[in-house]
Amino acid sequence: MDQPFNNTQPIYLQIIQRLCHQVVRGELKAGDKLPSMRELSLQVGVNPNTVQRVYTELERLDITETRRGLGTFVTGNEARLRQLREEMMSEQINSFIKDMKGMGFTPAEIIEGICKSLE
Amino acid sequence: MPEHIINFNDVTKKYFRQTALKNVSFTLPRGKIIGLVGPNGSGKSTIIKLTAGLARPSSGRVTVNGKEANRMLASEVAYLSESDFLYPFFTVAETMNFYAGMFTDFDAGKAREILNFMQLEPDKKVKNLSKGNRGRLKILLVLARKAPLVLMDEPLSGLDPLVRESIIKSLLSYVDLGDQTVVMSTHEVAEVEPLLDSVVAVQNGEVRGIAGVDNIRSMHGQNLVGWMKQIMTG
Repeated sequence: MDQPFNNTQPIYLQIIQRLCHQVVRGELKAGDKLPSMRELSLQVGVNPNTVQRVYTELERLDITETRRGLGTFVTGNEARLRQLREEMMSEQINSFIKDMKGMGFTPAEIIEGICKSLE
Repeated sequence: MPEHIINFNDVTKKYFRQTALKNVSFTLPRGKIIGLVGPNGSGKSTIIKLTAGLARPSSGRVTVNGKEANRMLASEVAYLSESDFLYPFFTVAETMNFYAGMFTDFDAGKAREILNFMQLEPDKKVKNLSKGNRGRLKILLVLARKAPLVLMDEPLSGLDPLVRESIIKSLLSYVDLGDQTVVMSTHEVAEVEPLLDSVVAVQNGEVRGIAGVDNIRSMHGQNLVGWMKQIMTG
């Protein structure tokens, strides 16, 4: 079983995030088969109904597609995957900027800080 | 088929002068894993025993699958008791055969699979099994059956983390929520939370709240333990 879940978000959302991370990192590529619902529920140690909710939501987001009798696969739609990558990046960046502004940093300070850390 | 698998209708249960449950009403849906949580003596075990038909309400009605809860339901309800109910002189294999004889829905192939998964030795006598392995055997007997309702009274109680993990894994592997519903009482709230669809919080013989576990997080922004602290008094 993976690292523990945080306490504030529904578990199914956290699983979705983890799977999206894997897709964006390239661990799961276009057309790759995802574990079956039962396999994933065992791997992660969660209720199979939760996994069903995860897979339903991923399909609704067009990140995966289910092929009857074969399983669930990451979409072959590269454009959608590129869009997902951008979505995840801007989500992280926005969250980071919100935190930094909350601490009182100006945009100029934030940019400078990032450049410095990336050197 | 009735929509709810369990229905408690204004149920009170008294033992001599003690009231274990006071005017408790709730329904539980099919195909879910439901947790019964609450302090010792809250009434969790009583709810399970009434559902299993092992006790009758002092007043009110308990129905399971639309029928009055009594021991005739044994064919539809697989019950794992908190107490030691295994015959100490039987071997593991003899215990399994005994259960196979008692229940027509006992799946011997599935039982053997679970036996291997749990790494239990078939020829060992129950009295020589460690507490952890007795816990594993108990869950094997319940999961090898295809009963629509699986009731477990503190299946993880007093067991070390490795045993608890193997019990949780076997539950996830061998229960089919398409056909079955699981109700389990537990103290191990944090550990069990990822398994649960919904939870019934019981305190002092009353149901303090019923909620979907996902909803607790999305609406209250806290986990199950946090929610419990909030709705229980004292």
